[in-house]
Amino acid sequence: MTLSNRPTNITVNCKAPLLEIAIVGDWLLDSQIPDLDLILSQFGDGTQFKQLVFSTELLGRWDSLLMTELIKLIAYSEEKGISVDIKTLPSGIQGLLSLVSAVPERAGVRRQSLKVSWLEIIGNSGLGLQSDVKSLIMFIGNLTLSVTAFFRGKAHFRWVDLWRNIQDCGPSALPIITLISLLVGLILAFVGSVQLALFGAQLYIADLVGLGMTREMGGLMTAVIMSGRTGAAYAAQLGTMQVNNEIDALETMGFDPMEFLVLPRVLALIFIMPLLCLYADLMGIIGGALVTVNFFEVSLVEYLQRTVNAIHLPDLTIGVFKCAVFGILIALSGCMRGMQCGRSASDVGDAATSAVVTGIVFIVVADSLMTILCNRLGI
Amino acid sequence: MTSPCISIKNMTMAYGDLIIQRDLNFTINRGEIFVIMGGSGCGKSTLLMHLIGLHRPLIGDVFYGEESLWGADYKTRQGLLRQTGVLFQSGALLSSMTLAENVALPLTEHTRLSAQRIRHLVSYKLALVGLAGFEDYYPAEISGGMQKRAGLARAMALDPEILFFDEPSAGLDPVSAKLLDDLIRSLRDHLGATIVIVTHELASIFAIGTYSVFLDMESKTMIASGPPKQLLTESRDPKVLRFLTRGASEDSSSSAIKQQGHENL
Repeated sequence: MTLSNRPTNITVNCKAPLLEIAIVGDWLLDSQIPDLDLILSQFGDGTQFKQLVFSTELLGRWDSLLMTELIKLIAYSEEKGISVDIKTLPSGIQGLLSLVSAVPERAGVRRQSLKVSWLEIIGNSGLGLQSDVKSLIMFIGNLTLSVTAFFRGKAHFRWVDLWRNIQDCGPSALPIITLISLLVGLILAFVGSVQLALFGAQLYIADLVGLGMTREMGGLMTAVIMSGRTGAAYAAQLGTMQVNNEIDALETMGFDPMEFLVLPRVLALIFIMPLLCLYADLMGIIGGALVTVNFFEVSLVEYLQRTVNAIHLPDLTIGVFKCAVFGILIALSGCMRGMQCGRSASDVGDAATSAVVTGIVFIVVADSLMTILCNRLGI
Repeated sequence: MTSPCISIKNMTMAYGDLIIQRDLNFTINRGEIFVIMGGSGCGKSTLLMHLIGLHRPLIGDVFYGEESLWGADYKTRQGLLRQTGVLFQSGALLSSMTLAENVALPLTEHTRLSAQRIRHLVSYKLALVGLAGFEDYYPAEISGGMQKRAGLARAMALDPEILFFDEPSAGLDPVSAKLLDDLIRSLRDHLGATIVIVTHELASIFAIGTYSVFLDMESKTMIASGPPKQLLTESRDPKVLRFLTRGASEDSSSSAIKQQGHENL
């Protein structure tokens, strides 16, 4: 075929009142085309023309490119009061043109691109914060109601869901908790040893690691891990259910989503977090022992004895209590973001992200408050 | 206009050990509206996956013209698939982008057109599917039928020669489904595109299909092929007839059904 290299062109033939436009060559997406504005300028003010006809004998292959140019040309002509004789175009183009105009644009449907000023953005984020706090309080209220219903034995949920959630956030999380806690214990031991070795007091690494893990790091690290692991998962699960109308379906079947979906998740985390915390404490102490015994000439028995002497029951209970509180906060932020999720796929990602961010902020703030409180109360 | 466009040769499809369909042989000619039909779960959509390069056949191959799709390397395959457009069942619009961005995506990635030209092309494609003025809407803000049409606009963005449709009328009301059928037919007529449709909507099959194959779940292969209306009158296979008459061939004599089927058309 010799068609492939035919130059693309438009020629205008003015025979007032008839305006003849000849379309020549291949009009394909990647071809160089003449500037339409130049052609349009030849119309002048358009008053001397009555009708626009096309001549397409030399038109080669064409695609959407020609269509867009034709649409512009026709719109321009009609604006100038020149009637366009579409019949002079090939039938395929005629058909497409009639398809394009088959459904005219509905009035008011097009959106003006809105320029938002920075003041408005700040104002809106302030208002957003307000509604965020409001929905948080509402969510806590609803959750309290369903927890009360649970303790009165009136909550509707499936026990198998509770067990499955416990399985998901408990045993399945053990490998990562083991790794992180072991390493945190190890790091605490190394950091402490630098100072303590100056006094020849390497034995006291055991105190440092033991107290550090039980009072603070065990619970905090567990909470951060679980926020990323389980909090995000809760938000994504509930968010996807929201997108698929599953939550609406549950409601029409007479289930309260708070009781049916949120309650088992919250309960699972409250139940499992203290256990994970104890496990993390143990792993941290083992990590500390690994360092101390191998690098600082302290025997394992000495290390363990020191640890037992250093840690008292209040230290352990404070850590475990904190971790239970973190569990509530993680479940709360995860479930809340999931339930608030919008209806599109990208909203699920947003929900998971904001669940983790909210969760970690809550955890750190709550931890600070509780640490100050313990300090004041002298526990 | 009867040159072969896509040929399926001796193809067997499977998921792991589970064979879905075996020994498929058929040719889709240029300019046809080719219907792949069959009951739910017979492997229609799986066959589509094989045709559009998403799933590799266990045995056999798909040929675009003379070129093998699955014998080719990744790059050649992408090149072959550039001439196709696919409309997925629910539109599969990217939800984080506006309709205009969705339609513009293949244009900005695969062509070097200026931003202004792309904007004109996008408006044209959206107007073509009856969505003029909806450029700045997000998929979640429009109805299911509109999402489907926007998906069609995106499938057509690069002026493909072959358009694939997965259940185009699923989830649409009868009027919208009819409008979509008309749109598909006029696109074929005016653009000269080849159209492959996976569907079990009888109304669509008879209204627009020019050729069809029937996949059977039990025998795991195609048991009939031909223009749909001809299958209705000439097929002797009870399964095909049951499908094409909405099960009516079971409760009365088949000749009466054919009569009735004709009247319904």
